[in-house]
Amino acid sequence: MNQESKTKRMVGTALRFRSHGVAHPTQSFVRSCMPYFLVLLPFLFFSCEREERTLVVQPPSAQEASLPQVSDLAPGPQHNKAPSVSNPDENNSWMMAEGKRFYEAYNCVGCHAHGGGGMGPPLMDEKWIYGHEPQQVYATIVEGRPNGMPSFRGKISNDQLWEIVAYVRSLSGLTNQWAANARDDHIKGAPPPNSVPEGTPHNSSEPQP
Amino acid sequence: MLNLLLGFASIACAAVMLAGVAFAQPSTPADDGQWTMPAKNFENTRYSGLDQIKINNARDLRVAWTFSTGVNKGQEAAPLVVGDSMYVVTPYPNILYALDLKQNGAVKWKFEPEPAAAAQGVACCDVVNRGCFFDKGKIFFNTLDDNVCAVDANSGKLLWKTKVGEINKGETMTMAPLVVHDKVLVGNSGGEFGVRGWLTAVDANSGKIAWRGYSTGPDADCLIGSEFKPFYESDRGKDLGVKSWPPDHWQIGGATVWGWISYDAAQNLIFYGTANPGTWNPELRPGDNKWACGVFARNPDTGQARWFYQWNPHDEFDHDGVNENIVVDLQVDGRTRKTLLAAQRNGYVYVLDRTTGEVLSATPFIRITASKGVDLKTGRIIPNEEKKPQIGKVIRDVAPASPGAKDWQPCAWSPRTHLLYIPHQNLAMDYEGVEASYIEGTPYLGVNVKMYGNGGGKRGEYCAWDPVQKKKVWAIEEDFPVWSGTLATAGDVTFYGTMDGWFKAVNAKTGEVLWQFKTGSGIIGQPTTFLGPDGKQYVAVLSGVGGWAGAVVSGDLDARDPTAALGFANAMKDLPQHTAKGGTLYVFALP
Ligand code: HEC
Repeated sequence: MNQESKTKRMVGTALRFRSHGVAHPTQSFVRSCMPYFLVLLPFLFFSCEREERTLVVQPPSAQEASLPQVSDLAPGPQHNKAPSVSNPDENNSWMMAEGKRFYEAYNCVGCHAHGGGGMGPPLMDEKWIYGHEPQQVYATIVEGRPNGMPSFRGKISNDQLWEIVAYVRSLSGLTNQWAANARDDHIKGAPPPNSVPEGTPHNSSEPQP
Repeated sequence: MLNLLLGFASIACAAVMLAGVAFAQPSTPADDGQWTMPAKNFENTRYSGLDQIKINNARDLRVAWTFSTGVNKGQEAAPLVVGDSMYVVTPYPNILYALDLKQNGAVKWKFEPEPAAAAQGVACCDVVNRGCFFDKGKIFFNTLDDNVCAVDANSGKLLWKTKVGEINKGETMTMAPLVVHDKVLVGNSGGEFGVRGWLTAVDANSGKIAWRGYSTGPDADCLIGSEFKPFYESDRGKDLGVKSWPPDHWQIGGATVWGWISYDAAQNLIFYGTANPGTWNPELRPGDNKWACGVFARNPDTGQARWFYQWNPHDEFDHDGVNENIVVDLQVDGRTRKTLLAAQRNGYVYVLDRTTGEVLSATPFIRITASKGVDLKTGRIIPNEEKKPQIGKVIRDVAPASPGAKDWQPCAWSPRTHLLYIPHQNLAMDYEGVEASYIEGTPYLGVNVKMYGNGGGKRGEYCAWDPVQKKKVWAIEEDFPVWSGTLATAGDVTFYGTMDGWFKAVNAKTGEVLWQFKTGSGIIGQPTTFLGPDGKQYVAVLSGVGGWAGAVVSGDLDARDPTAALGFANAMKDLPQHTAKGGTLYVFALP
């Protein structure tokens, strides 16, 4: 990707949190997830795995240069394939349940519903505009996308981000089916992520084998 | 003509005998054959005095010409006609076309405002645009990214462009402007994002903002001053736009202005509705939440409010109050009253006194479970306590569903039949309150919704309503919500479209379908009619499914998730089997 198009892709809508001084349930989210240490507490129990994470991903304030590559497309004969990274959260039920909670708390649910889409595209189907690999989904959330996906850069902690990535991918059956959520506490009637019908997801920039 | 007249006379007699109504109004205002604003006139009747197309020849209608807009999103706009030109504005990217009526719609010019792509992500219900407005040689319209544009109607040159809102907050613009006394009146969308609603007047010549009246906050911001004389006690008092909310919540209180504006020249007052209060979840905002879900009467020159009436104090179900308020005089209890006629989202047809804001009647036009009527003493709707939303509890069978009994799709009023033609949906829903976090630029909802047909009935209906008798005169049931506008004519033929693509001509008196034509995609646009350069009457409509109801097709949504499209997808699962995306203008005429 050349520099110019890369800059164009950075134009996700900026976000600002605002608390409006009302002591009602709205605040409880802020109370419960803004102090990251609270959220990180449970990580103490999983910390061995955590330490060894192979991903070299900077916190949300990452330098542009170290951002994951978004597309496989590259000029010239040598194809610079996006490195495949694995996201350990995708084998962990608890992490994915957390991902779902954050997906709702950060209002992804308002634009993408529970995967069926609305203002944003569906996330439970097999079509991916910007790629379904963990690092591509991660990049989508952090950088934002030009047609209205806001950039959550600096809004969501890195650990939460990977949990959200795992949950998002579980919606279309891309994660470990044994670990994906089996039930939903809400109104929902869509098949739970661990029973999404079979289907090969395809990436617009990746030829099918 | 004679038998038509006789027919009309006998219907009229019957109506007179039934209702004791005298036909005091002139039956047919003179018509110049143009259609210069989406609502046809300031009164918002969408009634044309043209009568070449009649009950006995409508069956011969055929396509005269078509035009592809090149945009495959929901086409809600009304094609305007001024002289020999037609003007059509598309959904995002909001291309404005001028078409030459002398050359079967050849493009005269096109103007591309190039709105920011990111605006698409904050448009709650497809990237629609409800049309442009012609006044004194200029075409005015809004772009999705909150710019008001004035374009020279002859040359297509941009005269000015004024940014009036901010997409990073979740504000977009989808409504059609109304121009009165050189003030271009425009309002914002974004009630799903906790934006703060407003109506803004932009000077038609300079493009400068003349005034802005907010729908929440202190009186000074809402342009509520000494002229403000609401009819009901509950709307009187200082700074109710602050006090009827939890502290500071008014700043993210919604009450946007994305619907229709009508104008009464005799009183020099405009009337427009305000949308749902911010966060759909009512438990998070105790209070009446003024001035959401109501109707304002304002002086268009100064913006000062004259009166306000709240359809839904403390709205519980996203029952926005933005539907058109038709300016029409009606016989009420034997007396001619200056009224506003409005079929509202909450399921009632209202007749208000437009000089005071008093409710004269409010009658259900679909099955309603969300409320138990309107108390005519206090003017307040009576909520059904059994359906009160609660966090963590799924409330079943709430009718009407969030889009209401009728959403944006405007009615028509015929001064000949004295009937209101209502295109509408018939949906109920399951509604579950959940927590809501306000993050600027993201949805502020706090509910999960799942919609379905209301009380086992069909999902849509096109009906004729007698506001004096307070009853339905006839109705045509439709499988899908009727999401298109409608128009009435002096030929006593009305027109509407269906989401599976049929465009229909109907006998205005009986509801008999006289003719229908299958267009390329579902119809959610506003039909208009005009005299062509050849002196013949034409009817135009955009075909191209979408909008909130059609988002499941236009946005390729996955209806396995019933909460997709804010819960509308569940009711529209089968739409993709009946229609595909489109964006084509159809123009019909008699041979
Ligand atoms: C304001 C609405 C909005 C919010 C909030 C939002 N998104 Fe999006 N999202 C979009 C839109 C619109 C697109 C499509 C962007 C494009 O096509 O350029 C998108 C695209 C995406 C994609 C790419 C899909 C593909 O096919 O490649 C993913 C993944 C995604 N969003 C996940 C999320 C997650 C996770 C969150 C919450 C952290 C979130 N979104 C919040 C509107 C939103």
